[in-house]
Amino acid sequence: MNLTVTMIAQAVTFFVFIIFCAKFIWPPLTNAIAARQKQIADGLAAAEEGKQSLERSALKADEEINKARSRAAEIVGQAEKRVSQMIEEAKLSARDEGNREKAAAKAEIEQEVSRAREALRLQVAALAVSGAEKILRREVDAKTHADLLQAVQAEL
Amino acid sequence: MNEAGELTPTEYIGHHLTNRTISLGDGPFWTLHLDTFLTALMLGVIGFGFLYWIVRGATAGVPNRRQAFVEMLFEFVDDQVKGIFHGSRAFVSPLALTVFVWVFLMNAMDFFPADLVAGFTEHALGQHNWKPVPTSDINTTFALALSVWVLMIYYNIKVKGIGGWTHELFCTPFGSHPLLWIFNFLFNLVEYISKPLSHSLRLYGNIYAGEIIFMLLWMWAATGLVGSIFGGVLALFWAIFHILIVVLQAYIFMMLTAVYMAMAHESH
Repeated sequence: MNLTVTMIAQAVTFFVFIIFCAKFIWPPLTNAIAARQKQIADGLAAAEEGKQSLERSALKADEEINKARSRAAEIVGQAEKRVSQMIEEAKLSARDEGNREKAAAKAEIEQEVSRAREALRLQVAALAVSGAEKILRREVDAKTHADLLQAVQAEL
Repeated sequence: MNEAGELTPTEYIGHHLTNRTISLGDGPFWTLHLDTFLTALMLGVIGFGFLYWIVRGATAGVPNRRQAFVEMLFEFVDDQVKGIFHGSRAFVSPLALTVFVWVFLMNAMDFFPADLVAGFTEHALGQHNWKPVPTSDINTTFALALSVWVLMIYYNIKVKGIGGWTHELFCTPFGSHPLLWIFNFLFNLVEYISKPLSHSLRLYGNIYAGEIIFMLLWMWAATGLVGSIFGGVLALFWAIFHILIVVLQAYIFMMLTAVYMAMAHESH
């Protein structure tokens, strides 16, 4: 147990090892560990990000589906409304058409009636005139009383 | 062990505790303990060479088993330092790692049976009195403790400045009253002397005592059948217990290093 130059030699060796360790051994491995920690942290963050974006997409998809569903319901409603409207319109137009036909038929009938009445009146007038002619043949000159006869004819 | 017949216990223990020396100059101070120096150097080269080999191929991706083992060691040391030292650990953690690995390897030389090692160095290497455990040489532990001590003073001055450090020496822990300066200084002086002493002697004492106990047990084992059985069994238990001591002392030495570094960086 005596202190000798060995102590100095050991101290020098110690410092050499410290410097070697601090320069060439410690930094590379701690850097590698730090890099790995960063990789892992990044990976976890990316996974979290992916999860969140998935959730966001699911929400958005739900929203879109709901929107589409309500749009479809709207379209169906509109179509139903349109259908009933069309039926109503068809009914109305059919009724109008019927009325118009009826009116036209009535007018024709009336026309026919008036035409027949006219013809009848002319025949009655002619009959009356011929009856009157027969009665008056002796007394009346057709030529002289033509004006009168025509006036009668017009009144009938 | 020896060709010249029976050794007395004193001679046996003396044999194992004598260093292989070479003289570098006049006087007892210039005697280099070749065994301590070369064994420590070899262990350091092996240990740090191994770490360097692993670290050079280190990947940030999936580590292989070797790298995972070294990373575990690094994280262990770094965690310990983190608990004590608050600040940039770019130097203190590698320092602690160096201390831990080197002291552990030097202590671990104790695992080799002393007589087998002696037989190997004596007959294979032709080196008489080769002491294989560097930390049972007080030169090693003092070298480590004083190096840490020098670093501590260096960081004291670097962090606090000469003025700040002097102020701390004279004005803490009792107060800055001029009458208290001398007491403060004496207190700090005792602290600064006791730190490297306790630091180095704790390690030295534990390992040295461990060696002595092994030798006493081996001597007992050499006294006949009953001695062999009891000596062997007790030596087995002591060896198992020694695994704890070897690691624990390396750990304590590392922790104290970190504590002293932390004290140097903290101002009062």
